[in-house]
Amino acid sequence: MSIKILAFAAGLVVTSAALAQPTQLEVHNAWAGATPGKAENGAAYVTITSPTADRLVSASSPVAKKAELHSMSMQGMVMKMRPITGLDIPAGQPVTLKPGGEHIMLMGLNQPLHEGQSFPLTLDFEKAGPRTVTVTVEKAGARGPGPAAAKH
Amino acid sequence: MARTSTTAQSSNPPPRGSPRFLLVAAILAGLVILGTGAFLALALRDNPRGAAGTVLASAIGGPFQLVDQNGKTVTDADLKGKWSLIYFGYTHCPDACPTALNDISIALSELGPKRDAVRPVFITVDPERDTPESLKAYVTSFDAPILALTGTAEQVAQAAKGYRVYYAKHPEAGGDYSMDHSSVIYVMDPEGRFTASFTHESAPEQISERLKKLIG
Repeated sequence: MSIKILAFAAGLVVTSAALAQPTQLEVHNAWAGATPGKAENGAAYVTITSPTADRLVSASSPVAKKAELHSMSMQGMVMKMRPITGLDIPAGQPVTLKPGGEHIMLMGLNQPLHEGQSFPLTLDFEKAGPRTVTVTVEKAGARGPGPAAAKH
Repeated sequence: MARTSTTAQSSNPPPRGSPRFLLVAAILAGLVILGTGAFLALALRDNPRGAAGTVLASAIGGPFQLVDQNGKTVTDADLKGKWSLIYFGYTHCPDACPTALNDISIALSELGPKRDAVRPVFITVDPERDTPESLKAYVTSFDAPILALTGTAEQVAQAAKGYRVYYAKHPEAGGDYSMDHSSVIYVMDPEGRFTASFTHESAPEQISERLKKLIG
């Protein structure tokens, strides 16, 4: 009995410690914009936090034929989008993918992404391995995640 | 003797062609250019008519003939009578284009009764993939009623040239491609004259505030 209580207390301590300081790589605020019309491409965005330096190397999702890491840059007034081979995640510093910066390009969507729907997205990290998150679909052209995405 | 006196008096203007003359000329030219830029920036910000009436009004825009999402021919003349918000993009663009069109939709929703005075226009830089049908499905996903235009490669090139819009195909692995393109929202007045512009950094609230002042 007392052992059970002790174990429970120990469990609480471990849990609260984990909440205060993430001990492993975490992906949150996963969202994507709804795709207008029959648009075949979409973009997903996430926030990644890791206690140790890591690197996002690839992505995949059952909703699209392939997912690529892309960067967007403005050169003067000209928008350029390019595939990138990976994205460095510095230790202890959150990396937020957002419109106008890096995104996970979903290419060849099987179906349009509708606002309010959600889908799984798997991100592969060099050290932490794969992480699957639930992506919440926001309005087409939204500039950031809504309250639903923040829960995941 | 006369020669020595000129060099001795440093207050005299240096002779044409001397390094000092060229330096002074360059500085003056720089000031004129900076002054013009500052004047235009101020004029664009404070003048309720924006760039209309300035040299910029005729530098951006021009004749075009394209086809809309319902297959109807649209020329620059058809845009007159309303304010136009013109954005060049393409439907395979996952980031900048939906953001711009959604920003426009939000800005228009904040205009109240004045929203009917403004017509958003989306012109594709990817006529190869963007047919009237695909454009129609694309723009109906946004809250604002958007006029979507495409055409032959030549027709699109002519429209883009008038608006000083750069675009180029960027091939990707697997035969796919993306388009590099100027990402600017142009404001044209009901006479079809360039009046103001917005970039990806302009928040919808800034766009609507500016439009309210311009429409008056």
